[in-house]
Amino acid sequence: MKYLARRLVHSVLLLFGISVFSFGILQLAPGDFFTPIRLNPQVSAHTVAALRSQYGLDKPFPIRYEHWLRSVFRGDFGISFAYGTPVAPLLAVRARNTLLLTGTALLVAWLLAISFGMWSAARRGKWGDRAGGIATSSLLTVPDLVLFLAMLLVAVRTGWFPTGGMMSAGFEDLSVGGKVKDLAAHLFLPALGLVLATLPPLVRHVRSAMIEVLEAPFVRAARAHGISERRVLLRYALPVAANPLLTLFGYSIAGMLSASLLVEVVLSWPGIGPFLVDAILAKDVYVVVGAVMLSSVFLVAGNLVADALLFATDPRIRMD
Amino acid sequence: MHYFLQRIRGFGWTDVLTQRQKLVWAVVALSAFCGVVLLAGFFAPYDFAAQDRDMPFAPPTAIHFVAGGGRLQVRPFVYGPRDSSPIPVGAAADSDQPYPLRWFVRGAPYKIAGVFTSRVHLFGVEKPARMFLMGSDGYGRDQFSRFLFGGQISLLAGLIAAIFSVSVGILAGGIAGYYGGWIDEILMRGAELFLALPWLYLLFAVRAALPLHISQWQVFLLLVSVMGLIGWTRPARLIRGVVLSAKERNFVLAARGMGASDAYLLRRHVLPQTYAVLLTQFTLLVPQYVLAEVTLTFLGLGVGEPMPSWGALLTSLQQYSVLSSYWWMFLPALLIIPFFVVFYAAADALQELHKTVPL
Repeated sequence: MKYLARRLVHSVLLLFGISVFSFGILQLAPGDFFTPIRLNPQVSAHTVAALRSQYGLDKPFPIRYEHWLRSVFRGDFGISFAYGTPVAPLLAVRARNTLLLTGTALLVAWLLAISFGMWSAARRGKWGDRAGGIATSSLLTVPDLVLFLAMLLVAVRTGWFPTGGMMSAGFEDLSVGGKVKDLAAHLFLPALGLVLATLPPLVRHVRSAMIEVLEAPFVRAARAHGISERRVLLRYALPVAANPLLTLFGYSIAGMLSASLLVEVVLSWPGIGPFLVDAILAKDVYVVVGAVMLSSVFLVAGNLVADALLFATDPRIRMD
Repeated sequence: MHYFLQRIRGFGWTDVLTQRQKLVWAVVALSAFCGVVLLAGFFAPYDFAAQDRDMPFAPPTAIHFVAGGGRLQVRPFVYGPRDSSPIPVGAAADSDQPYPLRWFVRGAPYKIAGVFTSRVHLFGVEKPARMFLMGSDGYGRDQFSRFLFGGQISLLAGLIAAIFSVSVGILAGGIAGYYGGWIDEILMRGAELFLALPWLYLLFAVRAALPLHISQWQVFLLLVSVMGLIGWTRPARLIRGVVLSAKERNFVLAARGMGASDAYLLRRHVLPQTYAVLLTQFTLLVPQYVLAEVTLTFLGLGVGEPMPSWGALLTSLQQYSVLSSYWWMFLPALLIIPFFVVFYAAADALQELHKTVPL
């Protein structure tokens, strides 16, 4: 338990560090949200100054950081200049969409990676394994952006998939089954993009971890006892190979989040990605910080889950 | 003889040989690629900013080998303007006029590596005919020329950022590994923090901090250095590991025993042992940063018009109409893939050769 507690404290400190860092960096920026307004001759300098002081932009950095921290504890995450409302509710909707997308993709990618990686490892050196290797390495060399653009191209040209958005017009009128179907149709392409973008390294790691375990003496002993290959793979080898994979699981969330930002923008999924890009271009500082923080929270939470799983499966860690 | 071959195989020499061959091929391909990009002005028929407003979104120009009468031409040719742009219905057809493809023609001036000025292009056709190998964009600019010139920007971004990363990495990793103790602790904790960040989001946050309206070159340099600085952790951790084991090697200990200074030890004995890791990391980082530049520019946060970069070439694909009607605008996206293939192949071969441990 001490191990988990330490990880938790570590995570909180990390989040704090990230918030100071991202907040600090944004303060370095020359100009703010109201700079373009100042160029407008119809708005007096007085009005701009009043606006800036209303949003606290005229205060020094530590005080603004403190204000922001307070609003985090209030559950506001600061005010969006562009929307004039607290950031948290704005972000929550987008975060839900991003979570839906990345969660689905994460699940599918890992299911595929584990089954395919194990299949490859069990057939090491055979043609299936080699073909798989070629497929993963060629997929690895295709940049994510190109992959997503190609999917968009296919969707636009064929019209098989809805392009962009999360729901069709008239979503509210659909039955529950219809809603699910509509959502799934919109989800399919972005999720597929994410899965394809993150799958190759996962498959490779699962394969190499399994190969390492399959060479261990205890596996040979299990086979010698006449235990079926299926059982050897699933019951004996997989739990041992899971150790490095659980760490990778944490890292894969980071990759997934980065890729999802891009896929959301390219395929217009209404998640954090497009929201963040717009906020950056508008210098909507608190939205940017909020989005960065939120993705860091996802990341840290994912790493914690991975740690907890590691704790549950590996007795060596519990010994410490 | 057979026995010897088996011995050699047993030692894995054949593997090393094939990896070395792979490396040689990758380096050759890479040099060719970079050479073409470096000499973009020579290989590109037009200037990257030259517009032809009469020909927006022209499809790739067809190159003909057979003349009207079915006679095979010695010199391939293209047809005049009508061939590559839509013409009003009923307009006079002047398209039967062939314009032969000429080699080493004089055209728009360009600079090689920013120093030498020249006007000679590898190929071209006489005006008013146009030669758009990959079609033209919305302003009637030659996509092929823009692709080559854009490669210069994107590659430069990758190189500079990778140099940044590796330099900071060698500094931080070298110090952490060599001195150890609390310096090591602080540096590696910092690296963990950096590693835990979703780097694309971070890059975005940093980009948000940069002023949006400064000169293109300033944006470019700032962006590139920031990208490079964010990526210092991986090389730093790897170099720290190498330095950690290198400083305990007997010859290093012997040199230290003879009274060698820290600076001398680092320069003469310890750092040379990290070169293999450095080279591998460098080859891995360059394509990553090229990709980062492409991504940022695609999202409108990187280098802007009229500077061509691979990311800038892809931005038009955000428009639905471009995707649905002008398939050739997708060509640049496909053409950057070989670049990544050769880079990854080189990095892979280097990694196998040196048996460096990936993170």
